[in-house]
Amino acid sequence: MVAASTLKTFSVTLRVWRQAGPAATGAFVDYPAKDISPDMSFLEMLDVVNDELSAQGIEPIAFAHDCREGICGTCSCTINGKPHGPGKGVATCQTYMRSFSDADTIVVEPFRARAFPVVKDLVTDRSAFDKIQQSGGFITARAGSAPDANALPIPKGDADLAMDAAQCIGCGACVAACKNASAMLFVSAKVGHLGLLPQGQAERDRRVLAMVNTMDTLGFGSCTNQYECSAACPKLISHDFIARMNRDYLTASLRSAFKPAPANTGGGAA
Amino acid sequence: MLGNHNDSSIYLTRAFSMNLVGNLFGSSIGRKILMAVTGLALIGFVIGHLVGNLQVFSHPDKLNGYAHFLQSLGPALWVARIGLLVCVGIHIWAATVLTLESKRARGGQAYGVKTWIQATLASRYMRWTGYVVLAFIIYHLAHFTLGTAQGATFKAALPAYKMAHDYQVLGFTVVPAGTAVLDVYRMVILGFQPPLVASFYLLAVGLLSLHLLHGMDSLFQTLGWRNSRWSKSLRTVVIIACLAYFAGNAAIPGAVLTGKLSLESAAKSAPAAHH
Repeated sequence: MVAASTLKTFSVTLRVWRQAGPAATGAFVDYPAKDISPDMSFLEMLDVVNDELSAQGIEPIAFAHDCREGICGTCSCTINGKPHGPGKGVATCQTYMRSFSDADTIVVEPFRARAFPVVKDLVTDRSAFDKIQQSGGFITARAGSAPDANALPIPKGDADLAMDAAQCIGCGACVAACKNASAMLFVSAKVGHLGLLPQGQAERDRRVLAMVNTMDTLGFGSCTNQYECSAACPKLISHDFIARMNRDYLTASLRSAFKPAPANTGGGAA
Repeated sequence: MLGNHNDSSIYLTRAFSMNLVGNLFGSSIGRKILMAVTGLALIGFVIGHLVGNLQVFSHPDKLNGYAHFLQSLGPALWVARIGLLVCVGIHIWAATVLTLESKRARGGQAYGVKTWIQATLASRYMRWTGYVVLAFIIYHLAHFTLGTAQGATFKAALPAYKMAHDYQVLGFTVVPAGTAVLDVYRMVILGFQPPLVASFYLLAVGLLSLHLLHGMDSLFQTLGWRNSRWSKSLRTVVIIACLAYFAGNAAIPGAVLTGKLSLESAAKSAPAAHH
């Protein structure tokens, strides 16, 4: 038998940002969400509302989603003023309707930032993150297949810290939460992840300089150390990585300023 | 400034990484580092300035001898003054550029609802506390350095003060007894007697302390020295430092405002200050 509490449904009002296209003017529109189960995820609730809207001949609410288990970083939405909703360390797909009460009005907006233009309704184009990744968030050399265990010694603490950073799913909640629309938490997670591991050392300086340069070029803001990003992050990635990237950036700038340039006189192509 | 590139060649462009000065002034992190370093220099100054000023609670010889000593430094004084002005200038320039960029980055459409999750109060009002501190610096210089505000009680308008004892720095006598010096001590007490002036000073140092509450903590993050292993201890130290800084600064106009520090009380306590 199903527990009694799960059978109690409730109703809320959704105040949703509707915007027909990138250039269109958007506005909030209220929709009732009736007979909602507290066990529904926020996205399932939107599915139910959209079924209702479709039946009434109203254009369904466009929202981004994919894995629905908190690992892909596709779902977004700022819910009642916080990216991914009220929960700590969860994505919108892991936000359950039991976080809300009967007769609540829930304000649902897209992640907002100039670098994340709205495509439609709640869907934003976050390809700016891809561009930052493509500018240095990888190791150029072919890494080969999985090496033997302990062939490359990495202290457990460093490996764990690298994995903390590697948890970033690139959802953009950090940018959405920041009053400056800064991408520092995202970029620092990517820089920190590879910078902590031996495989990432060869390109460590170039990586941080290139990724920060791309971040600036794409029009993200700067960090004012309020740490709204790490609090909104569905993976709770620490802003310690931002401090680490600041240090890496300064060191790389210093080192590159004094690094001798190769003469390209022998061997390989100039 | 940062090298030309299009999306496909960003990674291969070397120009952006070769220029240290370009990185400091041209990138977001670089400008934050400039803010942190100039902020650190200014924190050092305001703490030293406070320690010097607290000599007002001692014999008038102390503050007057100290002021005379600083004035006698000549070129070194100007190096320090220009250095501080450059720091203030870079600090304000970086703050302005970063703020404008960040406002632009936020985009045209504001959130309908936006909540703060964990940002501290001090961090949310940095710009506003900064404005008041800037206005205060301008008034403070006009008041005690240039004499364009409250000119009647400016040091140059007051009778000269004759040093009763030697003023020593590190054991060396720098201002001997009997020297006629500007009466900075009297200027400070008379200058703070108008309640409006003393209140403005109290407000300004209060907001400066609030500014430092975020700034002192922030500079460790920006320079990459802060992490969660010791950030709580750092925060505690910063809070204590800011409270102590406020208490020290508030004590001077506060003591004049409440009558604890006056020319009469100074005359009475003067003999006690003999060596």
